[in-house]
Amino acid sequence: MSDHVSEQSAPAKRPVQLFRNMSAKIASIPMILTALVVFVGGTTWTVVHSFTSSRLLPKLDFVGLDQYERLWSTPRWLISIENLAIYGLCSMILTLTIGFTLAALLDRKIRFENTFRTIFLYPFALSFVVTGLAWQWILNPDFGLQQVVRDWGWESFAFDPLNNSKIVIFGILIAGIWQGSGLIMCIMLAGLRGIDEDIWKAARVDGIGTVKTYLRVIIPMMRPVFITSLVLIASGIIKLYDLVVAQTNGGPGISSEVPAKYVIEYMFRAQNLAQGFAASTMMLVSVVVILIPWAYLEFGGRKRG
Amino acid sequence: MKLSTKLLAATAMVAAPAVHAAELEVTHWWTSGGEAAAVSKLAEAWEAAGNTWIDGAIAGSGGTARPIIISRIIGGDPMAATQLNHGRQAEELIEAGLLTDLTEVAEANNWADLINPPSLLDACTFEGRVYCAPLNIHSAQWLWLSHDAFETAGVDVPADWNEFVAAAPALEEAGLLPLAMGQQGWQQNIAFGTITIGIAGVDNWLAVNRDKNIEVAEGPAYTAVFEAVEAARALAADSSVQDWNLATNLVITGQAGGQIMGDWAQGEFQVAEQVAGEDYSCLPGLGLNAVLDTGGDAFYFPVIDDEETRAAQLEMAAMLVSPEVQVDFNLAKGSLPVRGDVDLSAANDCMQKGLAILASGEGILPSGDMNLSADTQTQVEDLMAEFWSSDLSAADAQARYVDIIRSAD
Amino acid sequence: MVDVAMSGPRGPKPKKAFSTRNIMLYGTLILVSVYYLLPLYVMIVTSLKGMPEIRLGNVFSPPLEITTAAWTKAWSEACTGINCDGLSRGFWNSVQILIPSVVLSIAVASVNGYALSHWKFKGSELFFTILIIGAFIPYQTMLYPIVILLREIGLMGDLGGLVLVHTVFGMPILTLLFRNYFTSIPEELFKAARVDGARFWGIYFRIMLPMALPIFVVAMILQVTGIWNDFLFGVIYTKPDTYPMTVQLNNIVNSVQGVKEYNVNMAATLLTGLVPLVIYFASGKLFVRGIAAGAVKG
Repeated sequence: MSDHVSEQSAPAKRPVQLFRNMSAKIASIPMILTALVVFVGGTTWTVVHSFTSSRLLPKLDFVGLDQYERLWSTPRWLISIENLAIYGLCSMILTLTIGFTLAALLDRKIRFENTFRTIFLYPFALSFVVTGLAWQWILNPDFGLQQVVRDWGWESFAFDPLNNSKIVIFGILIAGIWQGSGLIMCIMLAGLRGIDEDIWKAARVDGIGTVKTYLRVIIPMMRPVFITSLVLIASGIIKLYDLVVAQTNGGPGISSEVPAKYVIEYMFRAQNLAQGFAASTMMLVSVVVILIPWAYLEFGGRKRG
Repeated sequence: MKLSTKLLAATAMVAAPAVHAAELEVTHWWTSGGEAAAVSKLAEAWEAAGNTWIDGAIAGSGGTARPIIISRIIGGDPMAATQLNHGRQAEELIEAGLLTDLTEVAEANNWADLINPPSLLDACTFEGRVYCAPLNIHSAQWLWLSHDAFETAGVDVPADWNEFVAAAPALEEAGLLPLAMGQQGWQQNIAFGTITIGIAGVDNWLAVNRDKNIEVAEGPAYTAVFEAVEAARALAADSSVQDWNLATNLVITGQAGGQIMGDWAQGEFQVAEQVAGEDYSCLPGLGLNAVLDTGGDAFYFPVIDDEETRAAQLEMAAMLVSPEVQVDFNLAKGSLPVRGDVDLSAANDCMQKGLAILASGEGILPSGDMNLSADTQTQVEDLMAEFWSSDLSAADAQARYVDIIRSAD
Repeated sequence: MVDVAMSGPRGPKPKKAFSTRNIMLYGTLILVSVYYLLPLYVMIVTSLKGMPEIRLGNVFSPPLEITTAAWTKAWSEACTGINCDGLSRGFWNSVQILIPSVVLSIAVASVNGYALSHWKFKGSELFFTILIIGAFIPYQTMLYPIVILLREIGLMGDLGGLVLVHTVFGMPILTLLFRNYFTSIPEELFKAARVDGARFWGIYFRIMLPMALPIFVVAMILQVTGIWNDFLFGVIYTKPDTYPMTVQLNNIVNSVQGVKEYNVNMAATLLTGLVPLVIYFASGKLFVRGIAAGAVKG
């Protein structure tokens, strides 16, 4: 790829161009191979096979858009998309809000900052499987939260998200935010620490309130921090799988299914690889559609040293 | 002469430990109490012959285990033997030449005459060659009833599904759950299939599952089935357990009246030391149509490029079908043996019922695994998961079912 | 950039100890802490109870009678199939997978980040963008191509194959971290070294590495947790003898024999989470510093 580009840009100086920076190019071979062979190669392979009728083993007998037509007429896929949209939107808003608020609170020169920070961050050390199991246990209607509140005397209290198909996705959301918000808090805190103290002084001199200063001055200054956070949150959302499997396994019925789970189950349980590939291609397309503008702004729009 | 004897002896000494110390890695998803007890019978028999059994149990049922098994076979680094449901699951692997041909073992041990019903061997046979060793027969069409629960409710233990439905209000009044149901699609699909055979009868079931007859699937017989499932859904409304054996446990402890589940539930009753006919009863075909399907487990042996491993694989295949292993394993697992010539007088009431149906040669159905592809089955399971746990109407569910059957293969 | 994180909070100074503001502030923090600590508390409490007590009580009540039976069972007795040796045999397997994977993935990613920040070449940004998009691909969809890839290079079922997979999938986020960090190192330093005749590797080992300690800590923590917690790759690219601890955990939690033993499940869960948890509790401060240094420069 690199020598191809240099050939176009400077044909006369080609050998020089090619051998310039040689160590860096050699050192980047693992990255180039990963990018081209695994990510580009692997996804191309997947996309190509989504147009076939592969079942248990991949084969190249093309059937056009059949898999996609079936995908979009499958109720389970539609429910999966809807769940991911609800989860994704809520998770993004709540994780950012909670992460930022906690970081702002910790930044108020409080005592025990390290203790609080450790408490907020430790869930990130636990896997989604562990997270799912712990919250499944807390939300268990017979032993968990619901029963405790009832024992306190509020007999009619009902909070049973994991067995109620209308709100089950929020039961998963509670666990997802618990696991992921600490990291975002950490990043936000680092961002806040990077803001010059003079800004605060200036705001105080101008008589701007604390909340207003955060909203009007600090947050706009932290744009790159928010972008990094968004990338991290979003990459987690689209991969949502383990948590659902551990917590509800898609139930009750199919009401907490998510796209990644559809992909896995059609690839392996239903032994219909092409259907799973078609679903994963749709996931990939949505990722690319969301990310390309961002990548352009980040890397294409401005030059860096 | 002397030299050659010496040579022979030397070769034998070198070869003997190699053959006898065969180490085979075996993957399976048998991890419940009864299942683990059964699989240890296989391991014992294998190790008694001087071999080593490397247990590759993967919990979480076939859904978790199958991708692992198939990836490893495709990746060229397979286990030596693996459980898979027989039927259409392995066809493509056979076509790709990834599974060991067991025909010589089958012929040497006369499987063709011994295996009963013959459909089990047919399911292992592809283009005239045998590729799997059938291990047991599992039938899904059983209703398990708790005597305790019906005693508490003050009604007689039902003799068929209709009586069960009639007795349900009494159970509910006594604060018991009428029907225990694990909230997983495959279990709900088993209940659906069993109710179909009970309500619509064998001919209709075959017309849809084997012949993919749309008219029957749309017809009144199936309408009655979907309405019956809708009614059963109300009986299981308060059942929030996930795993099948937790649902079985509700029946064992008398918290639920009954459960529709395959004969593997038997193993759980056995582990809990319950006696068939005293503590619990079982009704094949819901007591309406005493038929059983003949699905079951089989072992496949992925091709490994090593002559000694291949010999050991063949040895294990022969062992699995041998009379002793058939008796020990099936008594522990609660399933039926794949050969009619073994003595199972030690079997309890429920197994005897199954054996009688098998021996009569009537009422034997091929299992769903042999009729429908995994893809179609998954779609039906998804539909059932949705139907059992939402307020989807019987008519809508039937319409969706017809669509799935229409595109089935 | 590097030292910013160490310079302490920048918010307005606090007033008296018991002002309304402080009560509100600490009240909120403590309330939120309850939400974060609840699952850990529940897991610990449940793991110390016996089954009869679990069935009678609720999940929050402290154990009346503390028993470590569940811990012993989870560590060395719980059964999967016919193996009844609990989590213990997975622990060393996990360590053996962890160490080479962490070392290799960090080594590769740090060199990537270094090349991307100071030795850009035509196309390097393109490869980087591909990597970042790769971070969003659900691993599961890559399972098949990777099985085929590993088969072709003969590493399927080998520890080396698993290490390679962890290196590949850890690469996007780690490369992003290292690239951001190295970009923030002053260009003058780099130029001065070049004038002195140092080349690619010379500058990397003598200037960049010693300065990059905080970000190495972050990378290490992320990788240790990520690889230790991995289930999917561990189960597909290993064999029963070498199954990592998470696979054993899944087996124990999903092998229900009779009734679900919540106490054993919770003890097993805690045991499996112990390694990453200890690392977080021990190095939380370093982690925050590293994050400040690496992630903030977007």
